[in-house]
Amino acid sequence: MIRFLTRRRGGARADWTDWFARIYLLIGLLVMFGPVAWLALSSFKTQTALQEFPPSLLPMGQKQVALPGTERPLPVFLVPQPDGVAQERVMVRRVGLEGQFVDPADPARRIERARLTAVTPVRELHFAIENYIEPLKQFNFTRFLGNSLFVTIVSTAITLLINAMCAFALSKYEFRGRDGIFIFILSTLMIPITVVLVPAFLIVTGLGLGNSLWGVILPPAATPTGVFLLRQYMLTIPDELMDAARMDHASEWRLFWRIILPLAAPALAVLAIFSVVWRWNDFLWPLIVLNRQENFTLQLGLAAFQGELQTQWHYLLAMTVVTLLPVTLVFAFLQKYITTGIASSGMK
Amino acid sequence: MSTLGRLIDAPFEALQRRLGAARMPYVFVAPNLLVFGIFVAAPMILNVWYAVTGGTQLMPAERPFVGASNFGELLDCDQFGVIASCRQDRFWRAVANTAWFVPFQVIGLVAVSLVTALILNRRMAWRGFFRAVFFYPVLLSPVVVALIWKWVLQPDGVLNALIVAGGGARVPFLLDPSWAFSWTVVISIWAHMGFYTLILLAGLQAIPADLYEAAEMDGTPHARVFWRITLPLLMPNMVVVLVLGLIRAVQSFDEIFVLTGGGPGTATQYIVQYIYETAFANQTHILGLAAAASILVGGVLMVLTMLQLAATAWSKR
Amino acid sequence: MKTLFRRAALAGVAAFLPAFAQAATDVRIMWYSDGNEGEVARDLLNRFEAANPDIKVVLDNVPYKMIMETLPQLVSSGQAPDMARVTDLGGQADQYLDIGPLVKDRAYWEKNYATTLPWLRPAGNTTGIFGVMTGITTTMPIVNETLFQQAGIPLPGPKATWQEWAVAAKAVAQKTGVAIPIAIDRSGHRVSGPAISMGAKYFDGENPALVDDGLKTMTKLIYDWHRDGTMSKQIWGSVGGTAYRGANEEFANGQVVLYFSGVWQFPQFAKTIGDAFDWHGVPNPCGPAACSGMPGGAALVGYKSSKHPAEVARVMDYMASEPVMAEYLARTLFLSPHAGIAAKGVAYDAKTPQLKKSLEAAQANLLALSPTAFRLQGYLRNRIMFNALIVRLNQAIAGEMSLDEAWTRMTSDVADGMKAAGVR
Repeated sequence: MIRFLTRRRGGARADWTDWFARIYLLIGLLVMFGPVAWLALSSFKTQTALQEFPPSLLPMGQKQVALPGTERPLPVFLVPQPDGVAQERVMVRRVGLEGQFVDPADPARRIERARLTAVTPVRELHFAIENYIEPLKQFNFTRFLGNSLFVTIVSTAITLLINAMCAFALSKYEFRGRDGIFIFILSTLMIPITVVLVPAFLIVTGLGLGNSLWGVILPPAATPTGVFLLRQYMLTIPDELMDAARMDHASEWRLFWRIILPLAAPALAVLAIFSVVWRWNDFLWPLIVLNRQENFTLQLGLAAFQGELQTQWHYLLAMTVVTLLPVTLVFAFLQKYITTGIASSGMK
Repeated sequence: MSTLGRLIDAPFEALQRRLGAARMPYVFVAPNLLVFGIFVAAPMILNVWYAVTGGTQLMPAERPFVGASNFGELLDCDQFGVIASCRQDRFWRAVANTAWFVPFQVIGLVAVSLVTALILNRRMAWRGFFRAVFFYPVLLSPVVVALIWKWVLQPDGVLNALIVAGGGARVPFLLDPSWAFSWTVVISIWAHMGFYTLILLAGLQAIPADLYEAAEMDGTPHARVFWRITLPLLMPNMVVVLVLGLIRAVQSFDEIFVLTGGGPGTATQYIVQYIYETAFANQTHILGLAAAASILVGGVLMVLTMLQLAATAWSKR
Repeated sequence: MKTLFRRAALAGVAAFLPAFAQAATDVRIMWYSDGNEGEVARDLLNRFEAANPDIKVVLDNVPYKMIMETLPQLVSSGQAPDMARVTDLGGQADQYLDIGPLVKDRAYWEKNYATTLPWLRPAGNTTGIFGVMTGITTTMPIVNETLFQQAGIPLPGPKATWQEWAVAAKAVAQKTGVAIPIAIDRSGHRVSGPAISMGAKYFDGENPALVDDGLKTMTKLIYDWHRDGTMSKQIWGSVGGTAYRGANEEFANGQVVLYFSGVWQFPQFAKTIGDAFDWHGVPNPCGPAACSGMPGGAALVGYKSSKHPAEVARVMDYMASEPVMAEYLARTLFLSPHAGIAAKGVAYDAKTPQLKKSLEAAQANLLALSPTAFRLQGYLRNRIMFNALIVRLNQAIAGEMSLDEAWTRMTSDVADGMKAAGVR
């Protein structure tokens, strides 16, 4: 009955579980990805269009026409004509509730008057590319990008290595203090990070790591989540594999590095994805450790578009889209490691 | 095997010769514990000091010792069970809201993540793309998540547009306390399910394919295969999802805070918001009270987690 | 897997390491922006650097959150930057650097910045110079005049009361089919101006005293407005806690008749509303006691821990000098904290008539602010009062408690907050 829940299906003909899966994926696409796609489209909206509601799906703006002799492009409206047909007209000025319009095709520029309640703005697709260009100019983008890359890569490498070593010991050995260590690590998850920020800040600056990228890299490297995740995964790897290798006089390190690590590839890939995402998107912790602009990560630079009373959404969204691109690539690359094939080979 | 591999092996093999194989586990946990002890455990211990000291000073040495009075203030209620009679009524409102929020959020989260992981584990075209689709919200910052949902839920938002187009009447989703509460559950699942789906997806890789082949040859019914093979073998990873899901549900804060600020009234004010506002939002940073509240919450969470772990250990027997 | 690790390791080595080369006379300013302030300040400071080659001013453009949450920690632990642009003026005033003895012309400062210098002084200090306001603001109403014209209802005059404005705004909304007659920013600071107009005193002698008859009148009015639809629950109703919520998007979409916010909205409205309708700032509505809003604004301050106090004073002198301040104000559209500039009038870079009219109204409003409003703004612990006010009033509006209970809670919240802050 719940065939699809129980196994990876081969290429056989479609049954109803395949249909269920397809419908689920379609709904998922709409609910999970729809808003994100909309966000990406909205990053091309002007500041005005972003505030409009109901919000439009596509980046729409009022059509504008530059008339010779005017400073700025002027907005275009559909103005009803005496014959009852509405025509496109350019509004040259507005006086109270009335607008003065001209026909852009009419070289004489004869002024027509119409009440604003009678006219409708002409809207067209308008991509505000300046949302991307302006901040890239102002914002020390390459510096922030470099800092973010450095933090993300180094921190992820450290996290993977030390978490995997720790998880290996906790899952594959019996030793005194093992359960104590595990519960100790787990217990720190219970306290919300928000309250620990102040004491953690004091320790980091006490060690001279304030305003240094290492102050952002080291403290979150020993993630309890990573240890927990890897330990649980390694528990499912059969111990017999290690016993066989011990017979061949392999050192404990070799057991870890050559046998357990490759078998834990799916979990490592997941942790790598998490670590990259966490460090790349980290905001609260860098906010406290880094307060000089040359050390800023992208997320800090981005948040500078949020003032006390105003947020410059058009820049914020555009730069959000830019920062999403690298993590998307990392995900696409790493998710390939979350595939089967390794675990089955060892069990006979 | 490359020279790089041998280079890494050498120091550890030397260590093993010196310490003996029995001590190697300590070598493996040492680096993690060192970093962890300095940057995670030590701040936690300092947090306890903050909880038993008062004043607004930041430096631990300058804070006067006040004993348990911060805890006393949190627990001070004139009438048992009546929130309005408590000195810190906002703390207790937050506790009550969180107690409602957590079961819905965790059950929803685990169910959705499990179904999604099972489906994404099938062989199909565009699998990598669909995995990304379900993971994507995890990548968004809380500010952006809140903005998206504001577009969807506001009176002129997408959802109301759909309702009106379908002939219905507008619903003030964020103004009505029970609607707002329900949506915080949905949004929180939406924003975090990718995380748990991925953990379960990795867990599914550890189930040997030959077990399924054997079951198929025996003609075992599929429901039975799920309950007898998939679920038990997925259990260690399910524990991760259950434990982390519970802890993070209790600590839900970011995107909800940006979207609702805890409103309408205090309908979506959860416990971390109370802690955050006490510690940071007021001009006076009342760190002692916030630390005390965090320890109370941490204690309850610890008990719940131990119960979860004990339950799964027991079920294995 | 091996290759995965190796690639990560190689990339880690390849990523460049930030350099830490620093010159000796760097002056660091931690600066946040709502709009173009950072850009303008950088531009002005470039000129300063050209004229003073021995000083390099590093302007760190930071998120506002860093000013609110990280800066106090840096200051308390002795790691403050040389200077910062802050909004919590009094909170850490005891850590500000007194540049009084270091500035070139003390009399110039005392004469031109007399109103705002006390805002930055720590308790008990009456003479120090601790920084300069980077423009001041006042809270005030902004109206959608086009809606009034469409409804055929005249704008209430300069001395109109809050009640008269409410009646007019409601009538306009009814005739034009607009959803929100009055919107007020959800912030204790914003509500305080109208409360002072109603007679709220905020102090009992030297002691803070939030709840009195004046405050009760205004909070009751807001409470009632939410009941009868004069104010929409859409603005205050959808958020809780101390969260700020403006109605600028609703106003820009032509859904609000009167929006009570402040001068900082003008530049944004000039951009987002454009010529879609006529909007402008109007005089603050009156109550029996005053026709007041609240002053506000951010200040550029220096910190005691700075290793270069003399250089800090030189930067301050430059920013506070008349031509520089005048240009800064003209380009950022803030009101003048400088008496001389205010008297001459700022040559605002206002491109539209709406903007011009609004800034004129704002300057008039600033002069009409009640002394209580200035005292409250200069009070060190005012945020305790603002937060208690907004959190509890909102709970009453949401129906979680009665207005009487809310007033009781406001009083006890303030008492608790003051006690925690060590105020007797």
